[in-house]
Amino acid sequence: MLGEGIIKGMVETAKNFVGSYHDPKRLTTVEYPENKIPAKENARNFPFLVFDGVDADKGLRCVACQICEKECPPKCIYIIKDTVKKPDYMGKMQIQPKIFDIDISVCMSCQICVEVCPFEAIKMDTQFELSTTDRFENLLLNKRELAKPNEYYHKIHPTEATEVDERLAAEKAKAEAKAKADAEAKAKATVAAAAAKAAPTPVPAPAK
Amino acid sequence: MIGEFFKGLFLMIWKVVTDQPDPKVEFVSVFPATIQPIISVLLSIVPIIMVFASLFALTTLLERKGLGRIQNRLGPNRVGPFGLFQPVADGLKMLTKEDIVPHSADKLIHFLAPIVLLVPTLLAYAVLPFGQNMVPIDMDAGILFFFAVGASTELSIFMAGWSSRNKYSLLGAMRAIAQMISYEIPLIISSVTVIMIAGSLSLVEIVDKQSGYHFGFLPHWNVFTPWGLAGFIIFLIASLAESNRSPFDIPEAESEIIAGHLTEYSGFKYALFFLAEYLGMFAVSGLAVTLFLGGWRAPLPFLEIVPSYIWFLLKLMGLVCLFIWIRGTLPRLRVDQLLNFAWKFMLPMSLINLFVAAIWHFTSVWNFRGAGLGRWLLCAAMIAVPYVWLGRTLIGNKKITHRTYRFAN
Amino acid sequence: MGITFAIIAALTLVSAIAAMSLRNLVHCALSLAVTFAGIAAMYLQLDAQFVGFAQILVYIGAVAILIVFAILLTRSSETPQPVISRSWIMGIVIALAVFGVLTKVILSSSIAQRELPAKPAPTVRQIGDQLMTRYVLPLEAIGLLLTAATIGAVIIAMHDKKGRGDGGQNVNSTPSRAEAHQHADETHNLIT
Repeated sequence: MLGEGIIKGMVETAKNFVGSYHDPKRLTTVEYPENKIPAKENARNFPFLVFDGVDADKGLRCVACQICEKECPPKCIYIIKDTVKKPDYMGKMQIQPKIFDIDISVCMSCQICVEVCPFEAIKMDTQFELSTTDRFENLLLNKRELAKPNEYYHKIHPTEATEVDERLAAEKAKAEAKAKADAEAKAKATVAAAAAKAAPTPVPAPAK
Repeated sequence: MIGEFFKGLFLMIWKVVTDQPDPKVEFVSVFPATIQPIISVLLSIVPIIMVFASLFALTTLLERKGLGRIQNRLGPNRVGPFGLFQPVADGLKMLTKEDIVPHSADKLIHFLAPIVLLVPTLLAYAVLPFGQNMVPIDMDAGILFFFAVGASTELSIFMAGWSSRNKYSLLGAMRAIAQMISYEIPLIISSVTVIMIAGSLSLVEIVDKQSGYHFGFLPHWNVFTPWGLAGFIIFLIASLAESNRSPFDIPEAESEIIAGHLTEYSGFKYALFFLAEYLGMFAVSGLAVTLFLGGWRAPLPFLEIVPSYIWFLLKLMGLVCLFIWIRGTLPRLRVDQLLNFAWKFMLPMSLINLFVAAIWHFTSVWNFRGAGLGRWLLCAAMIAVPYVWLGRTLIGNKKITHRTYRFAN
Repeated sequence: MGITFAIIAALTLVSAIAAMSLRNLVHCALSLAVTFAGIAAMYLQLDAQFVGFAQILVYIGAVAILIVFAILLTRSSETPQPVISRSWIMGIVIALAVFGVLTKVILSSSIAQRELPAKPAPTVRQIGDQLMTRYVLPLEAIGLLLTAATIGAVIIAMHDKKGRGDGGQNVNSTPSRAEAHQHADETHNLIT
């Protein structure tokens, strides 16, 4: 009203000025190429493909179902299925992608591919220093460049990765239990069938 | 001949450094009589241009560094040690840029505008007393000269805005003119108080009138009187507006009208505008120093061994730093706020201040006990009461509360 | 006198002619400003510092700006007229006749025969003293007149503000013009 507000503001900026020389809270800027702030856990940038184990080709979780390719709004994912199948983490034979390309010059980081993937195979990366002199070759990432180990995923998004691992382990345990039950049931059935054969009076086999 | 030349040169430099009168005499007498006036004039002009152009470079760096620190960042620090060569890089960038002239622009006026702006700005330096024996022209009507050349910069801003044939340029020019003519009045009236008390239009005499000390330590500067303090603040606010600096930078408000009258300028012409703007700021700060802060006089008696021009430059840089500080603090005004502030607050206050200065002048004959203090308090009250009253009535019944947002909350 | 005078006089004359004959109104206004500057330079050459600076301050700083504002705010769809009217021969004849009569009268008047007085040294202080003592009444009268004009301008501006609801472009333009008027008046007040 009578200029007190102006004086208050001037004092605040003076505090900022003086504080920037001794108080790190008043100088929040980091000189980027030399010093970097570690990425926050919630940081998201472009998608990458997760693989288990050490071999990228063997452990790739992607089964080339092409859901992400269909869902991608700017259509930056390109997948060709391979004819050769490989076992997934549960030991089941699955299709694998022959070609998996993401054009990150088109990608808009919407994370829809991650949301729709039923196999936890595609996740968001935090890597952002991707500038290049060749916009055609170096911004079109292929399968080899996209594949990153599960350990890397744990490093950049620990909470989320643990959750995913638990879920996968639970699924695997369930599947194994089911397989075991199936096997036992089968075994029982075989035993019963054998017994029935052996017995003179035929007993109808339990329908499975 | 050559020996005399160097002897004169060294004598001149020695005399300038040690603040002696008439430093140019010996050196100029070396030359033949016909070219002596030209040499003498050049010896006055060249140092002014050199000193203030380098001050301009320094200030741009200082401003960017200071603003950075105020905004919690570092400011430029990549070019050279601590970013000291940033102005050089900026200058090279400006000079190597293409000079673009819009197709439908009025080519001649578009070309003339930056020159017509820079010339009066430089002319204003002719009357400023930079040091005890350093005044280019000791003119009888020095302050009138200063304001006369200052007034002619408005026309060149109009030229720049009109000739660009761009709506933003024209808007910026109109805003600039409205602002400059509005704030010129408080600027002039607040300096009229000093003229009244000093009884002279000559800047040299005004500085002379501020010599001496109260009680042996408090200098006789005008800023230490009630009318002087009020006049100084009014002068500072008005000079911020005159030099188009934040918070009065609406003529080139980036977020509203791109860059106002500078929109269609690039390269060297843009650099000239930039230079003229900063030179104008230095000139008007120099005038503020001369009128209110005792010019080149030292603040304390024992500091008088330091050469006078150092004091002038220090005071000038102090004001420039204040301007930068204000720029880092205050947001930009709206046009209506700006004009209301000029006509409803600055103008009445400066007129009241003029009246108070007259009272101060007439009460100088008081010689009873405690007259000095009584006079001081009387004048201070005569300024403070209208200030509070004006401040409250201008706010009116408007209740200032926290702003509420309809959708954001 | 001499070369300086010739340069200033030529500049003043050329810019005055340009101000009359150019097609673009803004160009005319700008060359008029140059003319004002030339006149100020002549005053300065005659050692009349105060008048010269007042000329710059008032005419370039205020009057030229006022003209420019007026042009910008009132320019409508005018059709450019030919600069030279059809009856230019008549015009020149009349102008020459007037010039001849004036020359003859001036040359034959008693002022022309009088000896030039000694060149005074009009300092600013003298002007100020004279204004405050001998010419104080005219000064006050002018001040009153200009104050009245200022108040009139304010009243016009306020009146326009009331009618803002129904007005068009005109309403927006008038207050700023009044403001410019006001400014010119204030400057006059200051100078006088």
